[in-house]
Amino acid sequence: MNANKIKSLICAVRRRRTNQKLTFICVHLRSFAFSFTFVLLLTPPLHAAEWSGNIALQSRYFPQAPLPQNTEQYNNYLSISAEPEFYHGWDNDNQSLTFTPFIRIDQYDKERTHGDIRELAWQKVFNNWELKAGISKVYWGVTESQHLVDVINQTDAVENIDGEDKLGQPMIQASFEKDWGTVDVFVLPGFRERTFSDIKGRPRFYPYVDASQAQYESSNKARNIDYALRWFHMIGDWEIGIAHFKGTSRDPVYLPGLNNGQPVIIPFYPQMNQTSLDAQATTEDWLWKLEVISRDWLDERFLALTAGLEYTFIGVMDTDADLGFVAEYLYDNRNKNITSFFENDIMLGLRLAMNDEQSSEALLGFIVDADTQETFVSLEASQRLGDSWKLELEIRSFQRVASSSLLQTLKKDGFVQIDIGYFF
Amino acid sequence: MKHSIILNLTLPLIIAFNAYAETAEEKGLAIAKEADLRDSGFNDSIANMTMELKNKQGKTSIREVRVKTLEVKGDGDKGLSIFNKPNDIKGTASLTYSHALKPDEQWLYLPELKRVKRISSKSKSGPFMGSEFAYEDISSQEIEKYSYKYIKDETLNGIDTFVIERYPQYKHSGYTRQVVWINKQEYRPEKTVFYDRKNSLLKTLHFSGYKQYLDKYWRADEMHMTNHQTGKSTLLSWRDYKFKTGLTDKDFNRNSLKRAK
Repeated sequence: MNANKIKSLICAVRRRRTNQKLTFICVHLRSFAFSFTFVLLLTPPLHAAEWSGNIALQSRYFPQAPLPQNTEQYNNYLSISAEPEFYHGWDNDNQSLTFTPFIRIDQYDKERTHGDIRELAWQKVFNNWELKAGISKVYWGVTESQHLVDVINQTDAVENIDGEDKLGQPMIQASFEKDWGTVDVFVLPGFRERTFSDIKGRPRFYPYVDASQAQYESSNKARNIDYALRWFHMIGDWEIGIAHFKGTSRDPVYLPGLNNGQPVIIPFYPQMNQTSLDAQATTEDWLWKLEVISRDWLDERFLALTAGLEYTFIGVMDTDADLGFVAEYLYDNRNKNITSFFENDIMLGLRLAMNDEQSSEALLGFIVDADTQETFVSLEASQRLGDSWKLELEIRSFQRVASSSLLQTLKKDGFVQIDIGYFF
Repeated sequence: MKHSIILNLTLPLIIAFNAYAETAEEKGLAIAKEADLRDSGFNDSIANMTMELKNKQGKTSIREVRVKTLEVKGDGDKGLSIFNKPNDIKGTASLTYSHALKPDEQWLYLPELKRVKRISSKSKSGPFMGSEFAYEDISSQEIEKYSYKYIKDETLNGIDTFVIERYPQYKHSGYTRQVVWINKQEYRPEKTVFYDRKNSLLKTLHFSGYKQYLDKYWRADEMHMTNHQTGKSTLLSWRDYKFKTGLTDKDFNRNSLKRAK
């Protein structure tokens, strides 16, 4: 994409204050009603229906004062979340309905106060194939530091910055099992926009992202129908997946804009064609992992990859604990003006699993930019308390942020997060 | 003709001589083979497992797992475990292709991320769900997993048993040896004593409440493991055993792992 095209796009940004969220809720309600009616029509005998899930209280503490230009941010944010799951199976569990709503209420951030239908899907298993229809979640990939090939679901970025929380995606998925591998075909009607913190939220960029002004390359906007195809096979110690995705990019590019005369960032969702490969070799001691994507968007084709390995020491120092080492290399050759944090980075990680009654575990990771030494530090630790409670600790921090870096406005937003969850 | 008569006469003699000269190792192996033979042909099974973990202070916690097993001829069985309790791991499932001497192949399904992870399964000696059972204690028992030695006959709680020792052949096993009391009549284990890598007494496992299924397969309702080194114990109970339910290879792959309930 050349400068003129970007300029014309910015000019084309209309000050729509129309509430896109309403559209989503409508879409969701409609698909909910559809699925529900569908299920009622099938009139299954209710014998395997059950609820499970969790409710959690979260505190996020930001030790550093916000950037001076972020006058509306705070140091401590409390929030509460709930994610119940309803599962009902019948027809000898060859058919099932899963419904997983999610809600979070945040003390200050109105965008982080949000709800989503993570799953509302009907599934049927036939002899050599499976069919799924509704809102659901799909995971592709093998690496730990970033998830390049995982493109079906949008990231619920207000939940966390690790990209592992996803929004429910409307889909029809057919999965065929053959001797030569598993083939998945996806039709994805209805695009989900990424979530972004509002002006009071942390962590976030400066200026804040005004999601209500989101722009699309496709004239169908969020109604564009996307397609994906994936082949997956296990050959000896190898697992290989090759996939192609055609449609609206889940990653936006960010354009400068205005809201009431104040600067904002506007997300722009281009169309893309992405071909990907993911592979893992599992030997006795080592895991070897590779994810490669080739993406064609914005008049350029670029390549990005994550390649790494993992080694685990079993029963360290005569205990039951396992200690794992993870190392990954992250590469990306996209146009430097467009967002990527990981163009030449190294991730080093340490994973400790105590294998105790409380399932205590911790993961410490560093992602270091090989050129600037900019470092992202992450610690995740968790432990079960009693039978139904779980305590989770998370620390994220940005170190040695270069003045020219995309992370420049995030550098004060390192935080310590504590979650206490009740599981039922 | 003459030749074959001689053969017919000498063959029983050779067999008799061999039986007489059978070494303790041969007798141990023969007992293991008989036990294996009596337990083969079940094809597949489904059962619910409950574990009650008890620490030194007597505080307990509960684990619940649904276990599906597919018998594999000439190799370790395939297993699908669906975790139901504790609540925070509800919906997590693991798929294992077990092997006697090679590391097992193992996949883990994480429902929160919808992610299937192939994991390194070199370690069969680690604790299963924080209990006193190691993975290798509850995975499929293949003849090749051990070498054997017959020790003696003994009456255990009124039951006539063979006492054999078995020595793990898998190099990452957590044990040097196990002493097993095998019921002479039914060829099922009644008690196992485990010795750790330093050959110190580690654990004792008692089997109780045996029931016979399909007029052939004996399964213990309860398996009680006591760790002598830590003072902790685990009571593992089996319920709702079903055999020959028609499970096939298709029920033990990545797609079935993802939708396991």
